[in-house]
Amino acid sequence: MELICPAGTPAALKAAVAAGADAVYCGFRDETNARNFPGLNFSRDELRAGIEHAHRGGVRVLVAVNTFPRAGAIEVWHRAVDDAVAAGADALILADLGLLAYAANRHPGQRLHVSVQAAAANPDAIGFYVEAFGVRRVVLPRVLSVPEIAAIVREIDCETEVFVFGGLCVMAEGRCSLSSYATGQSPNMQGVCSPAGHVRYEERDGRMLSRLGRFTINAFGPGEAAGYPTLCKGRFATDLGTGYLFEDPVSLDAASLLPALRDAGVTALKIEGRQRSRAYTERVVGGFRDALAALAAGREIDTAALADLTEGQATTAGAYRKTWR
Amino acid sequence: MQPAGSVVPQVPAPIAAALRPLPLLLLRPPLAMLAVRIRDRHPELFERLGPHAAKRFGLDPTDLPFAFVLEPRPAAPSVTPVRQLPRDLDVRIAGPLGALLGMVDGAFDGDALFFSRSLQVEGDMEALLALRNAVDDACIDLRRIALSPLGPAADPLDRAFRRVRAAAGRVAAHRTESRSWN
Repeated sequence: MELICPAGTPAALKAAVAAGADAVYCGFRDETNARNFPGLNFSRDELRAGIEHAHRGGVRVLVAVNTFPRAGAIEVWHRAVDDAVAAGADALILADLGLLAYAANRHPGQRLHVSVQAAAANPDAIGFYVEAFGVRRVVLPRVLSVPEIAAIVREIDCETEVFVFGGLCVMAEGRCSLSSYATGQSPNMQGVCSPAGHVRYEERDGRMLSRLGRFTINAFGPGEAAGYPTLCKGRFATDLGTGYLFEDPVSLDAASLLPALRDAGVTALKIEGRQRSRAYTERVVGGFRDALAALAAGREIDTAALADLTEGQATTAGAYRKTWR
Repeated sequence: MQPAGSVVPQVPAPIAAALRPLPLLLLRPPLAMLAVRIRDRHPELFERLGPHAAKRFGLDPTDLPFAFVLEPRPAAPSVTPVRQLPRDLDVRIAGPLGALLGMVDGAFDGDALFFSRSLQVEGDMEALLALRNAVDDACIDLRRIALSPLGPAADPLDRAFRRVRAAAGRVAAHRTESRSWN
């Protein structure tokens, strides 16, 4: 299975290449990709140089243009597609139907992948993308169990890529409006869930409050591990009590499921975290490269090596191994 | 607050106490030189910072008896030592010196330090992220930049820095059992 690794900066790209990535994914420094954070991502020149560097090391570069274009500004997204192709991208990761059509028509030889932001979670949806646009791979949303993935793989005519580590979105990806409701900015169109300009932290009475827009979404006690300031990981007061309703602050870690994912016929394993540092990239890529080597050699896979990097200092197998609470 | 089990290296309390009477005026010239040398070696840092280069960042090493105000102006960057951070800063970043240096050095991940509560942040989060990402991408070799002009006198400081870096490396290799959600 291929190892697909995140790069939020040229330094992280180099770290991923050095640590053993098969491919690196990245995006432009604007709203055309779903990690549009301050100081992150690539200029056109940086992308060209990054692709040259990766190719010298035998590593492919996949460029995410995976937000949904705003009406009246489609040229921003078209330019991103054209510039990524011109820079030598090995594949484009796209979510919007119109943008997929544009890329397929304008650059017929270009390899196209369906982004997780498209939330293509069944054979019919995936089959449509293959038939209409000739896509070669689909990144599956993080809501499927391993048996469901195996069933999908049997029925489709393209490769599959699944997340194995990092941030965990349990929503219908590309369609979630929780952050939009709180901030007025859309993760699906502006490319940022919980935009930093709307996030505030405050120490009060020994607790750390995290706020998004006008909402206090969590309060962490002294020494309690924290998570990202997203509404889906907020604590909510309800008639049944106060607690996490949608999702705990926790990171996906599917290292223990690598044998099952291989047996399911998955093509590629994706590490989330373009917003993280080169230290994260180096360690997680190295950790999963070791895990894949252990898998190939029939050795036991170390499943605790990356625990200190996780959100909330906790891990989950997510929907891959569904259980009831 | 440091959570139980945290392994970010800390400046030993006796050393921190010994540093307390240090006149901060003595720190100003080397810090001014450091800021200018980083500016000269890493001009790309300011492109990533963008408009946030005009912000004022408070850096508060919680295991030292003083703090720093960083003003990353491209024309005149400065790092000013202070006994206590002023209130009118745009951003405040607090944590052990080893954590702050480790983020510059590429040994630590800032998000992981935040999750473990080893790092506290307040203020303008856009400016904070821009600074964190710009510094991470720049791969600043603080040791080389800070110590190279000192010649042989740099050796003891160099050894101290290596110890911090080695401790950070041990953290990177540190394995902890995490809670499992399901």
